[in-house]
Amino acid sequence: MHARAETAASWPEEIFSILQRFEVRQVPYVPDAGHSELIERVLGSSSMRGIALTTEEEGVALLAGAWAGGQRGVLLMQSSGVGNCINMLSLVQIFRLPFLTLVTMRGEWGEFNPWQVPMGSNTQGILELSGIKVLRASHPGEVREVVEAGAAQAYNACTPTAVLLSQRLIGAKVFTK
Amino acid sequence: MSKANLLDRRAVVSELLRDRKGAFAVGGLGASTYDIAAAGDHDRNFYLWGGMGGAVMIGLGLALAQPALPVVVITGDGEMLMGMGSLATVGLQQPKNLAIIVLDNEAYGETGGQASHTGGTADLVGVAKACGISDSRAISTMAEVEAFASSLQDVTAGPRFASAKIDGTNLERVLSSRDGTYLVNRIRGSIGHTPI
Repeated sequence: MHARAETAASWPEEIFSILQRFEVRQVPYVPDAGHSELIERVLGSSSMRGIALTTEEEGVALLAGAWAGGQRGVLLMQSSGVGNCINMLSLVQIFRLPFLTLVTMRGEWGEFNPWQVPMGSNTQGILELSGIKVLRASHPGEVREVVEAGAAQAYNACTPTAVLLSQRLIGAKVFTK
Repeated sequence: MSKANLLDRRAVVSELLRDRKGAFAVGGLGASTYDIAAAGDHDRNFYLWGGMGGAVMIGLGLALAQPALPVVVITGDGEMLMGMGSLATVGLQQPKNLAIIVLDNEAYGETGGQASHTGGTADLVGVAKACGISDSRAISTMAEVEAFASSLQDVTAGPRFASAKIDGTNLERVLSSRDGTYLVNRIRGSIGHTPI
């Protein structure tokens, strides 16, 4: 088979299909370049509602309300946003939420901006200390499998899960004048 | 520190929920949760004992999931100040069935009554309005509380925001269940969802 199979969907497109299949309805997000294609798909979708947040912790609380009201959701954010969520992540354990978050990573692979490194280095540890299972995808070919596994355990087993989409996958942001 | 012309918080909440029909009530951590419990336990009461700053967002998630049912968030000024950005998020989403009411005693009553920003310079009604919640009002009489309570039932004209200046006296705590999983599953059960 040709290396550039024309049938292969982009990984954000694969994530979108998985979210559709799991009947995700509410998609709170703080924008990130790595999530931009997925956010666009969500905002154009008739079955999902993209909800722009002012800070990521709003998304954790929103998903608690959504679950109480019978809907599934997923929180899209960047690694620095995980730090903003810490106290609100209590809700995930307290309500035993089917919590899923997809986190685009900064500060770990060819980073230009040093300010991204402290939080990027602590993202996984903070999530795990908060009782959230962490999975990671580093190559386009494994995104579908990893996100599918994350969604399945979050929604079917109420096992809170974060999928880290590594900076190696997304590519380091290029800063030019 | 009781002042004249301030509303009684328990009377306000009991009036808001007196004829609630199918409404969900979300309480912020602290005294507003006790006020909701004092008005009577209910399957659709969403009591918060933590997650400060999250009450409005929980209400928004619930309101978007259940657009045909009224959702009322009843919280305090300190809790609302911590989640002030969520008013901008609500303003953007315009959920027609969501109402928010702040019981404003201008203080952090649970921690010793330290002054909050609303007793000084912050105007939450102005903030809500500026965030795009055009029906935002200050409430100072029980007649206005009654009008707000009946408007909750109209799920086509929200979002709504109100702030009621209340008497800051700490009242006897009325403790609700604090088992979050039980409370959420009870709410889910009330709309026909079974446990996983």
